Amino acid sequence: MTTQSAVVPGVKPRRSPIRHKRAIAFFIVPFAALFAAFYLLPIGWAVYQSLLVVERDGTFGKPVEVFGGLTQYILVFQNEEFWASVGRVLLFGAVQVPVMLGIALVLALLLDSPLVKGKKFFRLAFFVPYAVPGVIAAIMWGYLYSPNLSPFAAFTSEVDLLSPSTVLWSIANVVTWVYVGYNMLIIYSALLALPSEIFEAARLDGANQLQIAWSIKIPLVAPAITLTAIFSIIGTLQLLAEPQVFRSFTSSVSSTFTPNLAVYATSAVPNVSLAAAMSVVLALATFALSFGFLKFTQRKAD
Amino acid sequence: MTTITKAPLDRPASTKLGAPKEKLASRTAAMIIMGVSTLYFLVPIWWLFISSTKSREQFSSTAALWFADFNLFTNIADLIAYNDGVYLKWMLNSILYAGSGALLGTLFAAMCGYALAKYRFPGRELIFNVVLGGVLVPATALALPLFLIFSQFNATNTFWSVFLPSIVSPFGVYLARIFAASSVPDELLEAARLDGASEIRTFFSVSRRLMTPALVTIFLFQFVAIWNNFFLPLIMLRDQTLFPVTLGLYTWNSQVNQIPEIRTFVIIGAFLSIIPLIIAFLSLQRFWRGGLGAGSVK
Repeated sequence: MTTQSAVVPGVKPRRSPIRHKRAIAFFIVPFAALFAAFYLLPIGWAVYQSLLVVERDGTFGKPVEVFGGLTQYILVFQNEEFWASVGRVLLFGAVQVPVMLGIALVLALLLDSPLVKGKKFFRLAFFVPYAVPGVIAAIMWGYLYSPNLSPFAAFTSEVDLLSPSTVLWSIANVVTWVYVGYNMLIIYSALLALPSEIFEAARLDGANQLQIAWSIKIPLVAPAITLTAIFSIIGTLQLLAEPQVFRSFTSSVSSTFTPNLAVYATSAVPNVSLAAAMSVVLALATFALSFGFLKFTQRKAD
Repeated sequence: MTTITKAPLDRPASTKLGAPKEKLASRTAAMIIMGVSTLYFLVPIWWLFISSTKSREQFSSTAALWFADFNLFTNIADLIAYNDGVYLKWMLNSILYAGSGALLGTLFAAMCGYALAKYRFPGRELIFNVVLGGVLVPATALALPLFLIFSQFNATNTFWSVFLPSIVSPFGVYLARIFAASSVPDELLEAARLDGASEIRTFFSVSRRLMTPALVTIFLFQFVAIWNNFFLPLIMLRDQTLFPVTLGLYTWNSQVNQIPEIRTFVIIGAFLSIIPLIIAFLSLQRFWRGGLGAGSVK
């Protein structure tokens, strides 16, 4: 209250001065400093590093990093393994994200309908896998897929779930298993927030639960579904822990199976500038895809 | 917006008067779907539990989904003794990274989100938009540049190299702002001002309490994010006494082919490592369930 704005005659009216400056600084600065140091600076650093190339004087000269313009980006665009990995996660996402969100939506609608008893139990049972870290889930499913150690060996010894043609979908199952419950709860919370009078009216008009779900509930929880879709898209492009774990169960997962694995493998060469350029391309692609999806769904909603 | 702080646990039973009863067939079909889903979600964890109770010989020779001799406690003792108790060290590391990281992260995110919601100042929208952009930046894209920055200071392979970056939670700021805007009334802040309370004291004594459901949600989700984080420790750490439990179990699992007896430790270790999170979620569920839907409220 110390900076009470008083209108001084003769002075041009201006915007009232900011109140509580020091308190605002106290609230904002800790987060802002950390955000700048561990979000903005790394992004800037990645861009800077990606513009460098290593040069040597002759074969045995000391390597020096010099400015190389977009050289690394040209290399990224020529890198077939990197684009194969991008194509792989896009294919993965195109199938896994709709399947996972479809299951999550169906389970949320069932939980919200009067058809199901024991809601509390199901809600918890479906959510438990979310408490399992991706690495642990991948180790666990790795054993469940194994041809001789699996409890379903009768099946897994016949069908090789870890072969080059199936392993992508085996990983998709791990990711789905972990995240269905989480996405279901987001959609379910949105459903619970809807006023129940809407359905009562439809019910009295003779609509069945399927019709209510399809024409009333789903359109109303569309924003929640969009949110889950965006987070799933981001997650898909970042895929790393599960395929990295699967590398110890099968040779079908190459060191450049997903874009992040390619970044890791390239930085270990070490070729950090190329890896940094890959990181930048990947971050931009993720941003563009999730932002584009957001805009697309907003336009459709209008 | 009241649904944020007090999400109904279940919608109150509708007045059944006049509403036609659901057909038996639809109810049966619904329960079958729920039952099958329950099996899908819980059988893998059941298998992990059963396997943790078995000796190495019985692991592959007995029925995989039912008990043999109950060796859980011997297995745990062996796991803890193995390699000078490195497993316990990993668990403690994870609890330290995730527990204190989420605590500090929640505090900073709450303060920032609160200021963005409750004060008007130039640059407010800019800060919020930059933070919102941060939500869309994949954390793994930051891991490599973070490594490069820390290596400038010879600070890779340290506790801080994993701890400090995980404190930052842009999504937490976003949630905190939404919650503060809807659950902390301006009149209350004015009243506190008239009583002579400082802004900072008002935040810690009044607003913090009103924002509790949001804070628990932010804390839990950041805790999970740090607990599950894999790429950053994988890139930063060489010294295995600094590993979180996920990275530790990963390195063990990739040695199973060379050291077969380690498999038992991987399985029992995996089982033990998921217990703290399950307990945290179950005991705090009345808080986070209300908070979960908040992000999706337009």
